[in-house]
Amino acid sequence: MNSSNLDINHFNILGGLSVQKQSDSDYVIALAGNPNVGKSTIFNALTGMKQHTGNWPGKTVENVQGYYKLNEQGYVLVDIPGSYSLMARSAEEEAARDFICFGNPDAVIVVCDATSLQRNLNLVLQIIETGKRTVVCVNLLDEANQRKIELNLELLEKRLGVPVVGTTARSNQGLGQLMNTLADSLTESAPESIIEYPEYVQQSIAKLAPLIKPYTGNHLSAEWVAARLLDGDQSFYQSLTDFLGLDLKEQTAVKNTLKEIKNNFRKSGITQLEVEDAMAEVFVLKSIEIFQGVVKEPAIPSDKRDRKLDKLFTSKTTGFPIMFLLLLLVFWITISGANVPSAILAKALFGLEDWLANAAITIGVPTILIDMLIHGVFNVVAWVVSVMLPPMAIFFPMFTLLEDFGYLPRVAFNLDRIFKSCDACGKQALTMCMGFGCNAVGVTGSKIIDSPRERLIAIITNNFVPCNGRFPILISIISIFLVGSAVGSLNTFFGALILVTTILFGVGMTFLISKILSMTVLKGVPSSFTLELPPYRKPQVGKVIVRSIIDRTLKVLGRAIIAAAPAGLIIWILNNLQMGNTTLLNSITNLFDPFGKALGMDGAIIIGFILGMPANEIVMPIIIMIYSAQSGLIELEGAALGQLLIQNGWTWVTAISTLLFTLMHWPCATTLLTIRKETQSSKWTVISFLVPTLAGIIITFLFNSAVSLFL
Amino acid sequence: MIENKSLSELVPGSKAIITGLCAEGGIRRRLQDLGFVEGSQVDCVNVSPLGDPTAYRISNTIIALRHEDADTIKVRVIQS
Repeated sequence: MNSSNLDINHFNILGGLSVQKQSDSDYVIALAGNPNVGKSTIFNALTGMKQHTGNWPGKTVENVQGYYKLNEQGYVLVDIPGSYSLMARSAEEEAARDFICFGNPDAVIVVCDATSLQRNLNLVLQIIETGKRTVVCVNLLDEANQRKIELNLELLEKRLGVPVVGTTARSNQGLGQLMNTLADSLTESAPESIIEYPEYVQQSIAKLAPLIKPYTGNHLSAEWVAARLLDGDQSFYQSLTDFLGLDLKEQTAVKNTLKEIKNNFRKSGITQLEVEDAMAEVFVLKSIEIFQGVVKEPAIPSDKRDRKLDKLFTSKTTGFPIMFLLLLLVFWITISGANVPSAILAKALFGLEDWLANAAITIGVPTILIDMLIHGVFNVVAWVVSVMLPPMAIFFPMFTLLEDFGYLPRVAFNLDRIFKSCDACGKQALTMCMGFGCNAVGVTGSKIIDSPRERLIAIITNNFVPCNGRFPILISIISIFLVGSAVGSLNTFFGALILVTTILFGVGMTFLISKILSMTVLKGVPSSFTLELPPYRKPQVGKVIVRSIIDRTLKVLGRAIIAAAPAGLIIWILNNLQMGNTTLLNSITNLFDPFGKALGMDGAIIIGFILGMPANEIVMPIIIMIYSAQSGLIELEGAALGQLLIQNGWTWVTAISTLLFTLMHWPCATTLLTIRKETQSSKWTVISFLVPTLAGIIITFLFNSAVSLFL
Repeated sequence: MIENKSLSELVPGSKAIITGLCAEGGIRRRLQDLGFVEGSQVDCVNVSPLGDPTAYRISNTIIALRHEDADTIKVRVIQS
């Protein structure tokens, strides 16, 4: 193979995405860095694309791309997941590594935290070693300043041999210089690695590199690949094999030389572990060497305030009470704040429905079409919007504030002990937090968990955390049947208290099911675990509200509408097809009645959950529709809804059974599709469907058996 | 007084210098990447409410480790 003939089309580009160039001359830039360094803030500032930035690992769960132009030149910026090292531990870090190493970016911007530069340099040195053009962006200069940390970035640039730019992305400082520096660096040649391995390793690399060169051409540094063959990172080697389309270690010349090198090591009494240690330590030692003189910091660590807050949020006495109170507060504000806007939205949208129907009649649209599209599809969508939008618009910003503040990793820290005793990972707490918003997001977020076994546990159990789409069902049942006649804010407070109790029951089920999975289909011991507790950061309230409404609320709402619209059509058809003297919907309802009754519910409720599979928001409307036997979903609030339910035989037992089944039944269609995508396995998708469903059936059955014993 | 201990024996407020690493597999490299290498200073800052994991300051960042993982890091206590 002649290296000059190798063009990039020859290789399998990895990194899990197709880069969207607008023209062939566009540069592709990878935005890399440790977690919690403000990478996404830089991404947003440069590309203007609104993308959520959080304060903890895992929020850049998908590769996100943005575009900007500077002096007529286009740049595609790819925001890759935060990672501590190219020696990847989790699926997310593998994706980051694959894009940097095998995604063929024209350059890599490595974002660093000015307050912990030494650790950040480790990744910088690793990326420079790959031979990619590198620009180092030292971010969070304002925080460094506050903590009296002084940095000499000129000296850092000299020592690293690549351009260094200082930024405070939050206040847009230094970003112009970053763009200019990046533009200049693209015309220069790629950097040389400044890592010096021990002599015996260097010699081995020198022997291997020329043999590797014919296979890698100019697209990978042969020296760097040689080094990786010596330190033996399995997951890296798999990606390398995929990229090259061949097993490098099996190529005769490489194979023989590797064997010879290993023999020499053995003869000199050097073990593989010593080789690996030496090759890891040079990075840390080099980082320390570079760091000294570049950074001057106070002798006493300047994180007093953070440690005080940690005492409050994670101590034995206050850690759990504060977690509980925060959860209660968030739901109390959500419930009491959402009532009024929900009613206003419903009124407006259903008014619009009538207006649309009238307008359609006037212009002569056939009645069947009006019925189907306006009283069918539009009606369901209107329901979803009015029920879902207000609580989400309140819940998501509050949640994002906690996230940006840095509270969520503390939740993982507090709960890890329990996860460990279930043979699972504390980071599962983070995926559960994401699940409150949307279970599909929680499933995607499970990429932050290192061990594939523990990641599967997090995926399968995520559904035990009720998502935003299920809150409306829980809230309406709680306020009708369980709160009683207390008035005003006391009422919503009790509502929130019962809701939080329900959620805690779901959390308890998560632990129980995680343990059961660990003892059966996902046997194993808890794996090693490292969790960063990042500095607390003052959330930017204004930006958080705008961002969380645009990115999260509207995104989730959009997805719900896409799911609800066809569901509206199906419901309408079922409700309008006559079978004998009743509708098809009624016949199916009767069919499921015995099953529902056995679980303390009825056929209508079960059908609600089944037809609500595209989006849980429409479960309650479907139930109401079946009861009221009207031709469309109708709007019923408070007392009227309560009356309708009681007329149809609801008691507090029905209410609690439905509450439990809402918490525990099959995941929605979006979540199931996401599970399929994340696990690449039908088996685990089916298990993820069955586990919460069976749990729901068993728990409601047990609950009803217990009730019938005592009543 | 100089004591040789494993990191898991440290109580909040104590400081130590790392003298060796016994972790095996991928976690060994991850600990090294986070700065847990021979000669680095590590401070024990905080214990989780249920007694495990424990948070340590290393390379100016706070990293929480479970007891089992902290056990594999050998240290020389410099301030207890």
